[in-house]
Amino acid sequence: MDLNFTSAEQALREQVRAFVAASLPENIRTKVLNGMKVSKEDLIRWHRILHKQGWGAPNWPKEFGGTDWGPVEQFIFEEECAAAGAPPLLSFGLRMVGPVIMAFGNAAQKRRFLPRIASAEDWWCQGYSEPGAGSDLASLKTRAVRHGDHYLVNGQKTWITLAQLADWIFCLVRTDPAAKQQSGISFLLIEMKSPGILVRPIATMGGHHEVNEVWFEDVRVPVENLVGEENKGWTYAKFLLGHERTNIAGVGTAKRELRRLKRIASSERKHGKPLIEDPYFAARVAQVEIDLMALEITNLRVLSAESERRAPGTEASLLKIKGTEIQQAISELMMQTLGPEALSLQQGTMPGDGAPEQLEPPYPAPLAATYCNMRKTSIYGGTNEIQKNIISRAILGR
Amino acid sequence: MDFNLTKEQQMLSDVVQRFVAKEYTFATRRGILESADGWSRKVWSQLAEMGLLSLQVPEEYGGMGSTSVEMLLTMTALGRGLLLEPYLPSAILATALIRELGSGAQKQALLPSLAAGERIAVPAHFERGSRYDLSRIATTAVRKGDGFALSGRKTIVLHAAAADLLLVSARTAGNAEDEAGISLFGVERDATGVSLQSYPTLDGQRGADITLRDVQVPREALIGPEGGAFPAISAVWDLGIAALCAEAVGALEAIFQATADYLMTRKQFGVPIGHFQALQHRVAEMLIHVEQAKSMSYLAAMRCTERDAALRGRAISAAKVLIGQACRRVGQEAVQLHGGMGVTDELIVSHYFKRLTAIELSLGDTEHHLERFTRFT
Repeated sequence: MDLNFTSAEQALREQVRAFVAASLPENIRTKVLNGMKVSKEDLIRWHRILHKQGWGAPNWPKEFGGTDWGPVEQFIFEEECAAAGAPPLLSFGLRMVGPVIMAFGNAAQKRRFLPRIASAEDWWCQGYSEPGAGSDLASLKTRAVRHGDHYLVNGQKTWITLAQLADWIFCLVRTDPAAKQQSGISFLLIEMKSPGILVRPIATMGGHHEVNEVWFEDVRVPVENLVGEENKGWTYAKFLLGHERTNIAGVGTAKRELRRLKRIASSERKHGKPLIEDPYFAARVAQVEIDLMALEITNLRVLSAESERRAPGTEASLLKIKGTEIQQAISELMMQTLGPEALSLQQGTMPGDGAPEQLEPPYPAPLAATYCNMRKTSIYGGTNEIQKNIISRAILGR
Repeated sequence: MDFNLTKEQQMLSDVVQRFVAKEYTFATRRGILESADGWSRKVWSQLAEMGLLSLQVPEEYGGMGSTSVEMLLTMTALGRGLLLEPYLPSAILATALIRELGSGAQKQALLPSLAAGERIAVPAHFERGSRYDLSRIATTAVRKGDGFALSGRKTIVLHAAAADLLLVSARTAGNAEDEAGISLFGVERDATGVSLQSYPTLDGQRGADITLRDVQVPREALIGPEGGAFPAISAVWDLGIAALCAEAVGALEAIFQATADYLMTRKQFGVPIGHFQALQHRVAEMLIHVEQAKSMSYLAAMRCTERDAALRGRAISAAKVLIGQACRRVGQEAVQLHGGMGVTDELIVSHYFKRLTAIELSLGDTEHHLERFTRFT
């Protein structure tokens, strides 16, 4: 047993740290370190800087333009990027559709789609949930009917993150309505500019435009955009859900946000003294920090088992539940640092508005809005209740 | 022990509940929320007509001279409606401050017009860095000519832009956190040297940061004894907390009901999701929070007019702690049990969530009152 990283892993850490310090644009760093929204341009700019360095697809094998890094190396990369204020790379292409295409796509699909994901030329979104199919995803109704060399797609998807910016959407669609629920589903790649697609924003309580409804009306999708076999889409979706565990806990981001929480709590005052010295508040921060320390080791244990190719169990669910609980607890404490002033949503200090240099520290406004926005984390990607079902089913067999 | 209401109290409660259900609908409120001012003068007049602006006004000044039970019933009913109008700052806090501290002439000049809804007054008390310490006041008032000159900055002044009159606390003597030396001044919002930076708050209300630059006020602007306003400010703040607790209960009951309804309507896996035991227990826990909160809102209402500051403060802080925790917990659970729909602006649940979050942060958060409670024990 040794909780220290190997010297090779340490060397990678130093290399990543030096590269990010030298290459991350200052305005992006400022936004991320202060909890402000980064734009699509910011994300693409950063992704292309990494791509040029050969790190555009850190979780991919070399043959598809990746790094060949193992899970622990990927963890180190992500932790260093998060610590330095780099925005996380979007997961829809790199972590979701990319690995599915690698595992189940044909040679033409791999050639066509993978390089453009690694280089940030294509922006992907995920078309899974529907109004009637959330936790019960297999009840989805969006239909794809084959007519010769194309499918006609009709239906409605919802909660589509950043669909308004996407070039492509990967969808679960029903191709065989007669089959048992999970058996009649296919995995289809659809270009967002196809005629018949309508994107409608969903207003959320944090005031952010992140999620959308996406409507399909007689959308023609070439048959060549079907991944794998028709009616096998559920298998691919399950592969995708269980596949990516490296960053599901968000340990790197949580550690950065915890440091930010402490920074703000040091500059805010209670009874005339720094808030961080207040025993009530300090104890609550300590509690989260201890939870995070445990989660970091748990995460590394899972990654280490993955490196040795031991069969994955319910770890992804555990990491998702605990990771989101910690993220939410940090956002709650962050709001609480400001006391009554957390109520203010000052003009120009909402996330994404205004230049950071115009803001006075400690940027009161985004903290309450961020707290509201973070409520989604225990709902999306399979609610925490569904994750608990997965864990208990594995233990109790029902 | 008697938890029954008088016939008049029951009538008042019914009237306000009916007003909220019929006239202050979610759609109406959305219109007000999106309007330029963010509150409605028409609604303000309706509140005046129902007599709700005069609960804190003694009968001799044209008010109802009501007990805190009427305040409790009114606030609980308004809490269900997520009222955007400046009811708490003007009709409760500012009105009670004038009642407690004002001279006969000041009360005569101000209380009838506040009760009638003709004028709006709000307290401007907290400052950057004072957090929830009521006595940490750095704004100064120095004698100048026949009156005073005020300088300083106030923050999170709720509904400042709607107000005609600001009740500004300022230090006429003493050090930054002394209770002695704090005075209260009535300052016209459009007085020379007063500038407002307004903004929306988390829960859709309006707030402002106020800068006072050498604001000249006459001697008569001083409300209450020079340097001796603190005990009354503290007492009125406790009254306001009791009101806030009552409002929280209205919002808690409503968000709880909305969640229970959703669980029996929303179907997944072929059944209403309320059929799943994992969610049933969550609803049970929410109900326990709501009922405990309601009990504490009664305690707060019964003790908020207690003259013994320790007896009053102990009950008020206990209520704010328990209700603050209920706001946080029930609000979060309601959103979670609504799934994705819970975070949308479309459903009222997110609006209740934001108000409950704001209530927890207002007039002392849970930690502040936990700490204050231990000082009385």
